[in-house]
Amino acid sequence: MLEIKNLHACIADDGTEILRGIDLVIPKGEVHAIMGPNGSGKSTLAYVLAGRDDYEVTEGDILWNGESILEMGPDERAAKGVFLAFQYPMEIPGVATMTFLRAALNAVRKKRGEKELTTPEFLKFVRAKAAELGVSDEMLKRPLNVGFSGGEKKRMEILQMSVLEPTLCVLDETDSGLDIDAIRIVSEGTTKLRGPDRAMLVITHYQRLLNYIVPDKVHVLAKGRIQKTGGKELALELEKSGYADFTGQAA
Amino acid sequence: MAAVQETIEQVKSIDVDKYKYGFETEIESEKAPRGLNEDIVRFISEKKGEPAWMLEWRLDAYRRWRALKEPTWAKLHYPKIDFEDLYYYSAPKGTTGPKSLDEVDPQLLETYAKLGIPLKEQEILAGVRKAGEPSPSNAPSEGADGYASMKGKVAIDAVFDSVSVVTTFKKELAKAGVIFCSISEALREHPELVKKYLGTVVPQSDNFYAALNSAVFSDGSFVYVPPGVRCPMELSTYFRINEKDTGQFERTLIIADKGSYVSYLEGCTAPMRDENQLHAAVVELIALDDAEIKYSTVQNWYPGDKDGKGGIFNFVTKRGDCRGKNSKISWTQVETGSAITWKYPSCILRGDNSRGEFYSIAISNGYQQVDSGTKMIHLGRNTTSRIISKGIAAGKSQNTYRGLVSAHRKATGARNFTNCDSLLIGDKCGAHTVPYLEARNSSAQFEHEATTSKISDNMLFYCTQRGLSSEEAIALVVNGFVRDVLQHLPMEFMAETQKLIGISLEGSVG
Repeated sequence: MLEIKNLHACIADDGTEILRGIDLVIPKGEVHAIMGPNGSGKSTLAYVLAGRDDYEVTEGDILWNGESILEMGPDERAAKGVFLAFQYPMEIPGVATMTFLRAALNAVRKKRGEKELTTPEFLKFVRAKAAELGVSDEMLKRPLNVGFSGGEKKRMEILQMSVLEPTLCVLDETDSGLDIDAIRIVSEGTTKLRGPDRAMLVITHYQRLLNYIVPDKVHVLAKGRIQKTGGKELALELEKSGYADFTGQAA
Repeated sequence: MAAVQETIEQVKSIDVDKYKYGFETEIESEKAPRGLNEDIVRFISEKKGEPAWMLEWRLDAYRRWRALKEPTWAKLHYPKIDFEDLYYYSAPKGTTGPKSLDEVDPQLLETYAKLGIPLKEQEILAGVRKAGEPSPSNAPSEGADGYASMKGKVAIDAVFDSVSVVTTFKKELAKAGVIFCSISEALREHPELVKKYLGTVVPQSDNFYAALNSAVFSDGSFVYVPPGVRCPMELSTYFRINEKDTGQFERTLIIADKGSYVSYLEGCTAPMRDENQLHAAVVELIALDDAEIKYSTVQNWYPGDKDGKGGIFNFVTKRGDCRGKNSKISWTQVETGSAITWKYPSCILRGDNSRGEFYSIAISNGYQQVDSGTKMIHLGRNTTSRIISKGIAAGKSQNTYRGLVSAHRKATGARNFTNCDSLLIGDKCGAHTVPYLEARNSSAQFEHEATTSKISDNMLFYCTQRGLSSEEAIALVVNGFVRDVLQHLPMEFMAETQKLIGISLEGSVG
């Protein structure tokens, strides 16, 4: 279970406060969506959960399975099962996607006290996952994300998620820049990962994605706080009315 | 604290003392007195039992050196070297020349064992001792099978301070007609070959350091591959500086006769010392018609401590001459050590259709300064060259690529492709690219690509979010960055080089 308690966070460099007291609980097995206008703090929340050090937590706590993760580095959090699907995945020139996946998986397994996979085991494991997402062998040989289209990059994020088998999945605007077909592939991949041991936080601007990844709850984030919580129908309402009610401005 | 900030903190506290080759071996040695004059040159020549022409050649070089000035154009800053305060000759006592392995001072062998690189060589050193016991005729199979079994083996010439102490696999190589020995031995056994080729690529007065080397070089490796022979194994020289205040001046001469092929690798380490040590080597390569030479270097001289104290001053002249048509010379270098590196392995593309290649990985950390690159001199028709240079700067180091590509008036159809990439880790280091392009023939085609990038916080965060530690992340990114070059190293050394890259960048990340 993810418990975010009165979380305040600012930009480390200049102290600008972005998150102003977020309270949020996601039990295992549930998928929650966070929606909100630009600049509301959605991506900041995703980064703070993953442990990016450009942000400083000034108040509150984040508990994952009852344990505070605030003092942990990003890699330790990853080992605890935290995964962030990036809005803008990084390109890593010269490092074959397969090599990267293997390094990441082995690093995580090592930290979890599990045995590293042998090469044949690993190849079999990844190829099966890749096939489900329509990721070709050729793509696995290419340097990670280098020259990938927007859709390919997002698919690669989902592949990494499915390979690393995290228990807390944070998807940061995974639908941005994708056409309908790509959204479907990515959503199907994500939906397959839903399970009783996994909590998911899906960050999005648009209701569209939530037709495919149907959330248990929808939260509206604005001005650094959760302004409203509801069922999946809240997303539809927002699609009609916009965020003006929460920002105090006309949309 | 941002990741880069952390990197910088780490670099500040960098523990270069981790340099694992920094031990010193207590071996009695015989030295010439400090300083340099004609008598020292005579002393060295006499010690080596050289022919009279060689002494004259050295003295000529010495006189020319006196008239030359130290080059100052490189982007390097270091205290003035007092050339009168150095020892120019040091030899492990009792060693007059190369011996069979059994006769070598066990402490010397231990030193090489301790160095542990390349691991492959250790096996072979052990193997050689075995090979020395039974007579070669007892070997189960000779000829072609014998050669096949040699594959993956490496013949080594080990140079300790200034003297070659052991050369392995000589008999096996001799069967193929390949001469691989110390240059002192070559002067005794094959003077006509040495006389014919020595100084024909790097003349005595080429530059300040080459002239100094020509006057006082005490040893180095010599290779001759006869026409049509593909050298049956990798050749390797292992250089070690041990003695205090001693300059190391080795001279390597490699000749690939018509239609032959040889692959050669050199490795270098030195003890940790507070004072700087001078290393001024000269390497000459000659490829005749249709011949190919592949020369790889893994340079890991002591880089100095965390405050930039000590370390090797490495002023090296390396040049290959593609003398014959369709010949090819390929330089691959991995530079991780030395306080100062001044080094430009070059190719003179004299023969028509000849080809020169330069693949370089230069990593600098701490206070290291690297000014390295290549020269591709296109003289013949339809000559081609390719330069791939990867500079990685971390800590407070400065890393400069300096390269010249020139096409002579007659070099019709000359083509060059250059790619220089620099990677910065942290924000206290510098990367510089200084390309010189000169085309005197209108048909010449030169391409130059250059990029400078930084391992960004974004990239590090992305990798660490996936579970990699910062150090693993940097190593992964850097190995990706240098991949194009790594694949040109002999297979045996690729894995070790990848490890060496990781070690060299230790402490550069949080």
